[in-house]
Amino acid sequence: MINGKTCARPSILLNTSLVADIIPDHIVIMECLDLVRYQLMCLQGVPKYGVTPLFPANACESGKFRAEALFPGRLSHCASTETDHGTPLAIPCSGNEQRTIDSGEAMNNRLSKLSRNFLTASVATAALSLSVMAQAADTIKVGVLHSLSGTMAISETTLKDTVLMMVEEQNKNGGVLGKKLEAVVVDPASDWPLFAEKARELLVKEDVDVIFGGWTSVSRKSVLPVVEELNGLMFYPVQYEGEESSKNVFYTGAAPNQQAIPAVDYLMSDEGGAVTRFVLAGTDYVYPRTTNKILESYLKSKGIKDADIMINYTPFGHSDWQTIVSDIKKFGNTGKKTAVISTINGDANVPFYKELGNQGVSAEEIPVIAFSVGEEELSGIDTGPLVGHLAAWNYFMSAESDTNDEFIETWQSFIKDEERVANDPMEATYIGFNMWVEAVEKAGTTDVDSVRSAMYGITVPNLTGGTAVMNTNHHLTKPVLIGEIQDDGQFEIVWETKGGVMGDAWTDFLPESSKIVADWSAPVKCGNYNLETGVCSGQNY
Amino acid sequence: MNQNLRRVVHNLPARFLLLLLLILSRPVLAVSPEDLKPLLSKSSWGQLEAVITSLAEEGSDSCQQILEHWLNGKLFVEKQHKRLVFAEKTPDKQYRIFDPFFTEGESKDTVSELGTVKKRALKKVRINNQLRSIIKTALATWDLKDSDPKTRINAIYASLKTLDSKTLSTLRNMRASEENQAVINALDMALALNLFQQGSISEQIEAVEVLTGSDNPFIRSVLADTLTTTENTALAQTITTALAEIDQRQQYYTVAENIFFGLSLGSVLLLSAIGLAITFGVMGVINMAHGEMMMLGAYTTFVIQSVFPELIDQSLFIAIPLAFLVAGAAGVLIERLVIRHLYGRPLETLLATFGISLILQQAVRTIFSPLNQEVATPGWMSGSWVINEALSLTWNRLYIVGFSLLVFMVLLLVMRYTRFGLNIRAVTQNRAMASSMGIPTGRVDALTFGLGSGIAGVAGVALSQLTNVGPNLGQNYIIDSFMVVVFGGVGNLWGTLVAAMGLGVVNKFLEPWVGAVVAKILVLVFIILFIQKRPRGLFALKGRAVEG
Amino acid sequence: MTKGFQQGFLTRLLLEDRAGKLLLSSVMAITVVVVLLNTLMPEGSPLHVSNYTVTLLGKYLCYGLLALALDLVWGYCGILSLGHGAFFALGGYAMGMYLMRQIGDRGVYGNPELPDFMVFLNWQELPWYWYGFDSFAVALVMVALVPGLLAFLFGWLAFRSRVTGVYLSIITQALTYALMLLFFQNDFGFGGNNGLTDFKDLLGFSLQSDRTRVVLLMASALALVLGYLVCRWLVSSRYGRVLMAVRDAESRVRFMGYRVEHYKLVAFTLSAVLAGIAGALYVPQVGIINPGEFSPINSIELVVWVAVGGRGTLYGAVIGAVVVNYGKTWFTGVMPDAWLFALGALFVITTLWLPKGLVGLYQQIVGVINEHRDQRNNRKTELVDHG
Repeated sequence: MINGKTCARPSILLNTSLVADIIPDHIVIMECLDLVRYQLMCLQGVPKYGVTPLFPANACESGKFRAEALFPGRLSHCASTETDHGTPLAIPCSGNEQRTIDSGEAMNNRLSKLSRNFLTASVATAALSLSVMAQAADTIKVGVLHSLSGTMAISETTLKDTVLMMVEEQNKNGGVLGKKLEAVVVDPASDWPLFAEKARELLVKEDVDVIFGGWTSVSRKSVLPVVEELNGLMFYPVQYEGEESSKNVFYTGAAPNQQAIPAVDYLMSDEGGAVTRFVLAGTDYVYPRTTNKILESYLKSKGIKDADIMINYTPFGHSDWQTIVSDIKKFGNTGKKTAVISTINGDANVPFYKELGNQGVSAEEIPVIAFSVGEEELSGIDTGPLVGHLAAWNYFMSAESDTNDEFIETWQSFIKDEERVANDPMEATYIGFNMWVEAVEKAGTTDVDSVRSAMYGITVPNLTGGTAVMNTNHHLTKPVLIGEIQDDGQFEIVWETKGGVMGDAWTDFLPESSKIVADWSAPVKCGNYNLETGVCSGQNY
Repeated sequence: MNQNLRRVVHNLPARFLLLLLLILSRPVLAVSPEDLKPLLSKSSWGQLEAVITSLAEEGSDSCQQILEHWLNGKLFVEKQHKRLVFAEKTPDKQYRIFDPFFTEGESKDTVSELGTVKKRALKKVRINNQLRSIIKTALATWDLKDSDPKTRINAIYASLKTLDSKTLSTLRNMRASEENQAVINALDMALALNLFQQGSISEQIEAVEVLTGSDNPFIRSVLADTLTTTENTALAQTITTALAEIDQRQQYYTVAENIFFGLSLGSVLLLSAIGLAITFGVMGVINMAHGEMMMLGAYTTFVIQSVFPELIDQSLFIAIPLAFLVAGAAGVLIERLVIRHLYGRPLETLLATFGISLILQQAVRTIFSPLNQEVATPGWMSGSWVINEALSLTWNRLYIVGFSLLVFMVLLLVMRYTRFGLNIRAVTQNRAMASSMGIPTGRVDALTFGLGSGIAGVAGVALSQLTNVGPNLGQNYIIDSFMVVVFGGVGNLWGTLVAAMGLGVVNKFLEPWVGAVVAKILVLVFIILFIQKRPRGLFALKGRAVEG
Repeated sequence: MTKGFQQGFLTRLLLEDRAGKLLLSSVMAITVVVVLLNTLMPEGSPLHVSNYTVTLLGKYLCYGLLALALDLVWGYCGILSLGHGAFFALGGYAMGMYLMRQIGDRGVYGNPELPDFMVFLNWQELPWYWYGFDSFAVALVMVALVPGLLAFLFGWLAFRSRVTGVYLSIITQALTYALMLLFFQNDFGFGGNNGLTDFKDLLGFSLQSDRTRVVLLMASALALVLGYLVCRWLVSSRYGRVLMAVRDAESRVRFMGYRVEHYKLVAFTLSAVLAGIAGALYVPQVGIINPGEFSPINSIELVVWVAVGGRGTLYGAVIGAVVVNYGKTWFTGVMPDAWLFALGALFVITTLWLPKGLVGLYQQIVGVINEHRDQRNNRKTELVDHG
């Protein structure tokens, strides 16, 4: 009954009590967080993204959520506990005799380890927050950590401006907690170690309460140890490869299951051309590598053969695409419907698309679907020959909603350019910023730990007309859209998911990663909790 | 959409004329707005597909018009009157709209412009790739009757994948009346393919003989597929021979293509290195700002195109001399202000020009924004030259290969046969002697640097057609440029030419084997090892001047 | 050897090198003061020096050592290497690999054998070149050996075939460029673009603890001082004089019967080792090493530091590295939109008006003052004479 009454519910749910509402005779254990995640997927009516292989079709049988069916043998260690909201939710763990280790003891150990870690962390943070409080002035400082020079300035400068705009707008509306916001802008200059240094500068010297920043994965990886050590708060607004969930970072961009997998589904559908042959072309770095690994495994699970998948990697800033485009043409000329899934990064896209246009690769023959090409990248290209090629994002500037119109108007007047475009990372920044503001208001303080707990389950309107939800894995639930490039450099939305798709930090299509879940709410409080071993590994605090 | 049509559609007056012409020359359209109702509201893809089918079945030229405009994204719904219109964008961001219908009872004069509206008043009729390919297949029927033989050939090949009885009968009729030999060949190919797919074994074998002559990749894949399924040995044998022959030809094409790719990469390297061959090679200035000179040239193109948006086709011809002047002037300025003081200290020119390059990059960021700018490709440079079904060369690359050679020849002539060239050579060979002979060395230096920078600017115009026009443009090419100049031998223009083309071709032949990254690494390692063998590059200067 | 001799040796070494003495003592003094203020002063006290400053200083000192290494080959041997960043990065990677292995099963996937980036890309086993890096001793050896060996091979080839001047500069650039492309490749097994990160501890001490940071700062200072002494000793020895002769007139030295390439090779290899050590100290302090360090632009910037400080003085290089990087830290915070203008202008001005760098400027000023004094003295003497 995945598409039955229960599951087709269009609204996005996160609140655990709602789960209990809908499945009244069913009991959920918060400790088994993955379970909650699966339930939510089911309730949203989009169960397949991110969870397909573990999600049997009868999971929502007769309106009940059959946990045992989902987790044969995994639930024996479940015990009843309470949620954050105090709603008692428990699952009948009986009938699962397969695994009979003394789960209580194991969990006690785990919990005590967790709390020990937490204790150390909180002592450290208490010390820190003392000094913060001592210096607290009548403004709230917002750090902006985007490259304004170097190779990434092209993309990141826009996000700096977006944050500045949001700060200005918020101040017009009276600021936050009665205080004005003050943006502190620094330039990490597309130099990755400098990102770490600047993050430290923002947190220690400038005492900012939150950082908006980063674009490349490596910049985030570089900042990560710093924000974790100093217990900072960072919002990362770009689509990325997943495989991470840090206590101190909120990921407002798309995880692979919010972009790549729906995109493939679209291509394989009749509407998308029933593609059976795929070229995975990407820049050689971690995002394309991971995404392509995920896609490869997903495609194979859909019965696509090795011979029908061509994988190609190119260096950063690759500018000579003649050979590759010609290879793609040859690969696509066999009579089977072929598509290119492009994870080509930033600068290399313009010469790639120019070559596509010139070699006459048209969208009806071989559509290219890109995950890193948005309105901003297209503003550097004459899109006439590219009409019909695709992109998958959570936002397109052409989305029809009042919030979007308002946002674009504010943006264009802020930047003093009526032609200026908006793109997906800007929406992610918008959502992240608004969520932070709301969480601060809710918590009544800018203290990182309080704001973080206030973040979970917070909803703000997104620009496509729905609402975005922050989940306890620090990823958003938001819709996935597929757009076709138009000759004016905009996208026309040709397909979208019915509800929101919940970002999955740990993909289920990589063997090691599928065992891990992220949940930062009590009592697990872990970004990489291994369901098999029951261990929370890789924490720095 | 075929090339001609697209060009016509882009050209507003001609398109309008065409529209009128088509309307005048045919009877009144039978499809009423009623039939097209799904276009007016938000309909499912399936409903839209039904509209296409009905339009195609109706078969009149007017339906063709509607389909073409739909395909090209020029079919709109005017929101106010809820009616279907064709719309053309005007330079001032407005839309001129036209009525696509003239229903029964109305005179053809009413088919006319309906006025000018804002973008908001219009809503584009939806289309996706699925519909596009359906429309294209539908349009192929009309294209078969086109007066241009090339369009007819394309239409024939486009129909290969969907050879139904209706298309076949059209093709057979065409074969009977067709006079153009190339079109006849294509028709034979299509009919042979049908024979191969439908006929008996003997007919199939007969068809293979014809199909062997085709370079069409679809035909090849049909043959290969049949080979795996057929049980008849004679047929299998014939197909095997045919495939061998086709593949043999393909291999030649691949080599030809690789050489072209290599030359084209080489010509980009040549363009970006040739200015450096002057400033670095001849003058000895380690010019790190060379890439930024190219950037200036590319931005000049952008500015020209934004100032004269209606002159896209001619913009490059204006941009080339202007980019030369802009970058050249910048070069002269840099030479007079900075480099003049650094002669004899070549390594310090590296630092100063590195500083200048940082300043120029940031200046461009400040003035134009850090985003990439859109530089349009003129119509005559887009698309490709189709030699046959398997081999086609892109026009922009072809022009750039030609252009780089032209620039090279002009530079060579300037250096060899003009007084200015003579002066340059004199000053670089022996400054003191040249000075005592009355050559104004200071001025020659400034002009030489200006020349090198100007050529870099011209290269920037060419690069704007291939890659990003943004603040990082220069950075992406500077290292390659130095490699080329050093590999070719500092101070030798011919060396630069040979090095650029050689590295380009080697790179492109390695790429299919080892991938783009490893190919580049191998080329770099090759340069390092080569320099060990010939420490002064490919064409080393000889004599005492070298030690200076 | 007795302690007395060593002291005497040191004194003799620095006797002629007043600026060097000044530099070394200030490096040590600043380090000691920062360390004391960081550890003894309570947080919140106005005298407290934050961890931010400690790591920043540690980073500057690593850059100082790197600049020193470059000055040895450029300032004293005339080899303008545009690829010294490669040796720095290789040293850094060697250290990074050790730190990576130290994570053990504390990675996010809990795999005791493989680093995280290999796990999620489905690597089944550790590549052979990662073997041994779980031992600190091996890592230390590799920190020196890998850059040293590469420099030795490269130098042996290049100097033997008498590749000089810009040709040498450009092929060193090609070297670092090729290495950058190589390390960018994920298949190469060094984490691709993300490089190595998420380090936990070094020799069992957590890298996030203040004490480790302080120790690393002290180690950097010590390395810089020792590196400086080695370089100073080298250039003031007979060997160093030949080296300078090579710089000034290579052919003549060769005609006098010296094996020029041997002299160059020793300096080049030593310099690469120093750069490698600088990289190894740098990595645990910044917490990441990635192929960006190989980028040719980084190596060019390095040359700029040395030039700004003053080439061919050793201490000038260190000063240049610290000044430029401090400038970068300061400008990127104060004027994020326009700092490149300032930096670019700094480079242009330095080359135009300060051909000998900041050190040269100081000497010029001192020279002018002295001249004035001399002139005044002379006048006095003249007056006396007349009288």
